[in-house]
Amino acid sequence: MADAAYESTPGGAPPDQDSSWRQRYWKKNLRLMIVLLAIWFTVSFGFGVLLIEPMNSIEILGFPLGLWFAQQGSIYTFVLIILVYALWMDRIDDEFGVSERNGDGERA
Amino acid sequence: MSDIQFWTFFFIILTFGIYIFIAWRSRVKDTKEFYVASQGVPTIANGAAVAADWMSAASFIGMAGLIAFLGSDGSVYLMGWTGGYVLLALLLAPYLRKWGKFTVPEFVGDRYSESVRIVAAVAAIVVSFTYVVGQMNGGGIVFSRFLGLNLTWGVVVAAAIIFFYAVLGGMKGITYTQVAQYSVLITAYLIPAVAVAQQTTGIPVPQISYGRILAELDALSVEFGLHEFTEAFAGRDGGQIDVFLVTASLMLGTAGLPHVIIRFYTTKTVRGARYSAFWALFFISLLYLTAPAVGAFTKLNLLQGVRGATVDQLPAWIETWGATGLVTVADGVNTIQSVSNDAASGADLIVNNDILVLASPEIGGLPAPIIGLMAAGGMAAAMSTAAGLLLVISSAASHDLYFRVIKKEGASEGQQMLVGRVAMAAAIVIAIFAGINPPAFVAQVVAFAFGLAASTFFPILLLGIFWKRANGVGATAGMLTGLIFTSTYMIYTLEVFGTGSNDHILGVSPEGIGAIGALVNFTVTIVVSKLTAPPSHEVQEMVESIRYPQQRKVGADV
Repeated sequence: MADAAYESTPGGAPPDQDSSWRQRYWKKNLRLMIVLLAIWFTVSFGFGVLLIEPMNSIEILGFPLGLWFAQQGSIYTFVLIILVYALWMDRIDDEFGVSERNGDGERA
Repeated sequence: MSDIQFWTFFFIILTFGIYIFIAWRSRVKDTKEFYVASQGVPTIANGAAVAADWMSAASFIGMAGLIAFLGSDGSVYLMGWTGGYVLLALLLAPYLRKWGKFTVPEFVGDRYSESVRIVAAVAAIVVSFTYVVGQMNGGGIVFSRFLGLNLTWGVVVAAAIIFFYAVLGGMKGITYTQVAQYSVLITAYLIPAVAVAQQTTGIPVPQISYGRILAELDALSVEFGLHEFTEAFAGRDGGQIDVFLVTASLMLGTAGLPHVIIRFYTTKTVRGARYSAFWALFFISLLYLTAPAVGAFTKLNLLQGVRGATVDQLPAWIETWGATGLVTVADGVNTIQSVSNDAASGADLIVNNDILVLASPEIGGLPAPIIGLMAAGGMAAAMSTAAGLLLVISSAASHDLYFRVIKKEGASEGQQMLVGRVAMAAAIVIAIFAGINPPAFVAQVVAFAFGLAASTFFPILLLGIFWKRANGVGATAGMLTGLIFTSTYMIYTLEVFGTGSNDHILGVSPEGIGAIGALVNFTVTIVVSKLTAPPSHEVQEMVESIRYPQQRKVGADV
């Protein structure tokens, strides 16, 4: 396994004395996740199911708005959510020095 | 040979040739290549492969037709089958990739216990098999309609090609073939959609222009005894609760389906898994955003085509598709007054959901090459999904059951590969027989596969990653109660298991029960884990370690 080989590289990182960075890293990850999941729930179950009828009274380009969220808008948002998560996690990884962009080399 | 047959042969032979060429170029030698393509698949390619793997005959052939008749409520499939990727990308894929093993049963086996691994392996085989039979059948429909082969030969030909590249190339061959198949299927889906949108509204962007025809479509639908396309909660008997639960079940099921999760093991890094999920959903969304437009345009063209026409003036596609038995005009009808997708409705014209997409170029009056391309696209969708599923069946049977349970030690690489290939070959042969004579439950593949995945896999994967305290006893209990709860309700409400069908309780359809099954699983796993001993220190350490992409580098100061 590539990871295992990396971790056991002689002269590599000594075991972390201070593991508090791990907690901070994890907390940032969780916070980002919760915000994005709240948006995920709002556009799909919120606009597309629970509030679809009141939202349908607004019409844009022929689409009742609730229907548009249920069949189009929610999907656009899902794609964006995953992109934002990947980009933001890159920033968090960089900040804590656990980025995989260099190290074993691949810009995967 | 008709024009349509010529072009169908042309595109099918051309695309099959490409797949075989790719498979030959990427044939493999060891198990790591066979199961996870050496974890060396570039991110965008992996995303396209996931998309092809994901979009089955049901997505390509069936979904737009379903939406045409369900109208607004067709959103359960659109949101359900894409929203699950958000859960997958944020909650599962990066962590499972960090774990770094071959299969889903392997993860739960390491994380919980051997018994959980066995339950998971068996569940993965059952779910994947149900799904694969649906693909064989979908491929058979394409062959029998467009090439005039009978269904049996259609299924055998499709299976033989899958056999060739899956057994030869394993995950590597499958992945690169799927990239080609994605290109074929998305082209085949978008070209007719753009052409119809341009022809009907003058705007060649179907996702935007179908808004323009909704008012007209609503009026026409009512005229033919159907409900309005834009009316919410009219397409499903259970109303809002059911729409909510079906959407939730499909999302949780999507995130828990083994043949999707396994694809995130093929990336190089954890970061790669995150971006793969993005590319996968991006590629999937191209088809899913188009599907409701295809449904709306095809329905409009269909209704306009039969409006006021006497039986001998009906459009030609009704007769050609009538030969498959999927379109019927009621006896003694003079002009078509009512249309339905339900054979029991007694409407003048009955159109099966499954033919709307394949027939859409004909219904819209598009030229023969486009119709032939459509057939190649349908085949690509069916074959790419079938191949991915067969790989899961093979890895669960050989890697997780045979070598863990029966022959525990001393298996060489060569032996493991041989057993993997034999398991795949056996699965294909059984799938051919089942594809020709589908068992009744295959028609309920959506309820069955997604309900099962949502109520068994999703909760224990999520808790396994985010809650260190979850243990083997809890997970076993949770999985089994989720499974029993969900399947009991399905047997209660569906006729296909040889029992009578009963009324839905509180309007919850069998497709929606998986979400409740997942809640049951969560509750049981948590309660039982709390009441029993916590997992070992090593397991808790492993759970901790998958939260971080890699060891920190020396000198990183935060």
